[in-house]
Amino acid sequence: MRMPKPDTAIISQRPKIIRYLKEILGDNVISDPAGLRAYECDGLSAYRQLPLVVVLPETTKQISAILKCCNETGVKVVARGAGTSLSGGALPLADAVLLGLGKFSQILDIDYLNRAVVTQPGVTNLSISEAVSDEGFYFAPDPSSQIVCSIGGNVAENAGGVHCLKYGLTTNNLLGLEMVLMNGDIIKLGGKHLGSGGYDLLGIMTGSEGLLGIITEVTLRILKKPEATCCMLIGFDNVTLAGNCVAAIIGAGIVPGGMEMMDKSAIHATEEFVQAGYPLDIEVLLIVELDGPSVEVPHLIERIKNIAHELESDYIRVSENEAEREKFWAGRKAAFSAIGRITPDYYCVDGTIPRGRLPEVLVRIGEMSKKYKLRVANVFHAGDGNLHPLIMYDENKVGELKRAEEFGSEILKLCVDMGGVLTGEHGVGVEKRDLMEKMFSEEDLKQQQRLKCAFDPHGLLNPGKVFPTLHRCAELGRMHVHRGNIPFPDIPRY
Amino acid sequence: MAKRLIPQNTKDVLEIVRAAVNDKKSVEIIGAGTKRGWGRPNEISDLMNISTLSGISLYEPKELVLTAKAGTPINNIIQTLSQNHQQIAFEPPDFSSLYGGEKNHGTLGGIIATNLSGPRRIQSGAARDYCLGFEAISGRGEKFKSGGRVVKNVTGFDLSKLLTGSFGTLAVMTSVTIKVSPSPDKTRTVLVYGLDDRMAIQALSETLQSSFEVNAAAYMPGDIATNSSVSYVAAPGLSVAAVRLQGPGPSVDARCQAIRNLWQSYGEVEELHSHNSFGLWHEIRDVDPLLNNKQDQIWRLSVAPSEGANVVARVRNKIQSKAYFDWGGGLIWLAADGDLMGVGKILRSAIGSGGGHATLLRASSELRLESSVFQPQEPKVSCLTKSIKENFDPERVLNPGRMYEGI
Repeated sequence: MRMPKPDTAIISQRPKIIRYLKEILGDNVISDPAGLRAYECDGLSAYRQLPLVVVLPETTKQISAILKCCNETGVKVVARGAGTSLSGGALPLADAVLLGLGKFSQILDIDYLNRAVVTQPGVTNLSISEAVSDEGFYFAPDPSSQIVCSIGGNVAENAGGVHCLKYGLTTNNLLGLEMVLMNGDIIKLGGKHLGSGGYDLLGIMTGSEGLLGIITEVTLRILKKPEATCCMLIGFDNVTLAGNCVAAIIGAGIVPGGMEMMDKSAIHATEEFVQAGYPLDIEVLLIVELDGPSVEVPHLIERIKNIAHELESDYIRVSENEAEREKFWAGRKAAFSAIGRITPDYYCVDGTIPRGRLPEVLVRIGEMSKKYKLRVANVFHAGDGNLHPLIMYDENKVGELKRAEEFGSEILKLCVDMGGVLTGEHGVGVEKRDLMEKMFSEEDLKQQQRLKCAFDPHGLLNPGKVFPTLHRCAELGRMHVHRGNIPFPDIPRY
Repeated sequence: MAKRLIPQNTKDVLEIVRAAVNDKKSVEIIGAGTKRGWGRPNEISDLMNISTLSGISLYEPKELVLTAKAGTPINNIIQTLSQNHQQIAFEPPDFSSLYGGEKNHGTLGGIIATNLSGPRRIQSGAARDYCLGFEAISGRGEKFKSGGRVVKNVTGFDLSKLLTGSFGTLAVMTSVTIKVSPSPDKTRTVLVYGLDDRMAIQALSETLQSSFEVNAAAYMPGDIATNSSVSYVAAPGLSVAAVRLQGPGPSVDARCQAIRNLWQSYGEVEELHSHNSFGLWHEIRDVDPLLNNKQDQIWRLSVAPSEGANVVARVRNKIQSKAYFDWGGGLIWLAADGDLMGVGKILRSAIGSGGGHATLLRASSELRLESSVFQPQEPKVSCLTKSIKENFDPERVLNPGRMYEGI
C-alpha cells in the first residue's frame, strides 16, 4: 500500500504549525511521540503511521479556525472519531494534522415530539439509543462496534449493521448536520424537517469518508422500539438451500429485522467460545429476527417456518423469551472474537452481492481458500447480500499477510463480477482504494473527484483515501479528455 | 427557434450535450414533460426529450431491484411491479391535477430528478432513499455511472443522492436502478373528525410516537376535507385527521383497534377500508383537495412536525390561504390567490428559525421569478451549490436557472 509522498516542506514547518495550533487550542494539542502513538492506526491495524500532530478541539469555532489555517498554509487534515474504521479511513499521514472529535461528546437535544436527537459527533452510537431507551425509542443503525464507534464516524462511513435490512443505513436515518468545510466555513444542512431545499448535500456527506468536511453536529431520526421481537435459528445441510430460503422469505414479501448467515467454521468457532446453543451437525445457519406489532411477529414466524420446511430444513428453533433471543444473537455477535481465538490474525472482508448469488459465491470462496492455503469462516448479512468472510492467517509467517490480502482482493473482485460492490459498510479507505478501478471507469471516478473538488479544491482533507489516483482539480476542470487516454501520466499513482 | 432533440439512445444524448457545450447552447431536459411548470422560468435554447429512452432492463423481484431507462413511464413500472405484488414504497405523486395532462404519465427519470415522494415518506423515506444507482451524461459531455444494484453499498461517494432532486442541472440520467418493496397485504385508515390544527397534529404525533407502525399521517381542515372524493371524509363537513396502517391482515386489524382506542378521547372515529384508503391517500399525495381554483399559487413546505400548525397560523395572520398537512404535520400544502405577490417571503419568515423550506410548485412565470421557487440558500451553502454546478456543468448547458439563478 503506497500512500502519497509526505510533503517534506510541511514536515520541516512542524514546530511552527504546532505553535499556530496551540494558539487556537491551548493544551489540546498532542505532539510528543508517546502521545502520538495512540493515534497511529484505526481498526485496520495492519497500517500504521504517526501523524504530524494531533489536535482535540472542543468547539466548532476552533475546528473552523484550524481548517482555515490549514487551508491557507496547505496542511493536510485527517479526521478521526473513535478510530474503529476497518478500512483505514482514519489512518494518519506523516504530513497531516490528525483532528480527533473525541471531545464533542454531548447529546444536545432529545425531541420526542419530532422523533429526533441532536448530538455532537463524538457520542457513541449505542449511547444515543441508551439516552432515549426509557421513553421506548432507539436509533436504528447498529454497527457491531456500536459500543465504541462514534456517531460522526457512522455518518462519515454510512454505517450499517444487522438491522439495516429493515430500517436502513445511517443515510436513511439522518436528518441534519452541522459541518465545517476545509476553508473554515460552517454550514448547516437539514434539521428536524425532512428533505432539503436544494442539492442533497446531507446525502452526499454521508459515506464521504472524511474527504468533504468535518462533521460537528448531527440530527438523527429515532424510532419507537417494536412491540415484539423474536429470533429464529434455521439450519441447512447445504448453502444452496439456505440461499434459497433467504430469497424465498424476501420473495414472500417479508422484510425481517435482520437475517444473518454463518457457515460451518463460523458456527463451530462461536459455539466453542460462547455456547449459544447452535447445532454443530449442519452446514449453514440462518439467524432471522422478526420485529414489529405483537400480533404480526408470530404470524410471520409461522410463514417462515413453512418456507423453511419446504426447503427441507430439519432444524428450526424459535426464541421463547428475551433471554433466549439474546443467546441466539450472542453467537453471531461474538463471531469475530471467536475466530480471533482460533487464529493468530484474521482479515475481515466486506463486499456486497445480489442475494441470489450467495450459494455460488460461497463455493468460489471455498475454492479460493484452497488456492491461497488459508482458512476462511463466513459470516454474512444475508438479507442484504453483505458478505464478511474472515480470512485466517498468521502475520509472523512470511508471506501470509500478503496472501490474505490477495485472497480478500479476489473475493471483492468476485463480488463486482457478480453484480455487487467492493464495500457494503466498512468503506473504501486505504484498504479497497486500489480496487476502485475494478468497479469504476476512469470517467466514473473523475465525477466523484469533481464532487471532492467542489468541497475541497486543494485536496487537503483525508488525501490518499478512496481514490487510487490523485487528480489536481485544475486538471479535472478541463473539458473533453478522450476516453482511455489517461491524462497526465506523470501524476503519482499509489 | 428552439430545436427539439429526440435522442434514440445514450450515444445520442452524449452527442447532444457535447454539441451544446461546443455551440454554447443550453438544453432543457424533459421526459414526459409533466412537471415543466416546476422551477424558475428561464431562456433555454433547445429541448431534449428523453422519453424515447424507455424500457425496463432488469427486474428481479426476489432481489427487490429494478433498472429502467430514464424515460420509462412510471405507470409501466408500477404495473410490472404489481404483477409480483410489489410497489414503489416512496409513493411518487402524480401531479397531473396540478399541472394538467394525462394521469400517471410521468417518467422514472422525472421522479428521481425531482426527488418526489408521498405520504409514506415518514416511515419509508423519499426517492433519494431508493435510488441505488444510475447512468448519466454530465454537463461536460462525459458518460458515467455511480452506485450499483445492491442496497448496502458504500463504494465511493453517493452520487445517486447528488442527482436525485437536482432537477437535471448536473447531468442527464439515462438509466436508473431503484429498490422496490413488497406490497402490503392489507390497508386500513383510521379517521378522527372535528379537531383543530393543533389538536389534530397532537393526535397524529401520538400515533407516530407509538409502536403501531403508522406509515402515513395527514390532517385536512374542514374547508379542504369537503373537497375529498371519499364520502366518509367529505360528507361530515368537519376537519379530518387520518393515519394509514398496512401489513399482514391480523396485524393491521389489531393496530387499527389500538389506534381507535387511542383516539376515542379526541372525537368521533371512523375507519376506511382498502378502496377508500387508496382514494384518500392518492388525493393527499397528489394535492387534489387544494386544487379547486386553477389560478391559485401552490406551495409545499417542509418543517419540523411540531411546528406545522404554528407555521400555518403565522401565515394565516398575514394572508388568506388554505392549507393541509401530511407527514404528521411536517409537510404543508398551501394555496393562495394566484395574483398575490410576496407570498414566498411571508412563508419563509413563518418557517423562521424552526428550520425547513418552502417550494413554489405552481404559479405564473412572474410569480416564480419574484418568489424564488426553491428556498433561498444561506450564502455559504449557495457557494457550495455553485461550486458543484461548476464542476459538473461548467458551461451551464443543462437546465440552467431552473433551480436557482446561475445554477
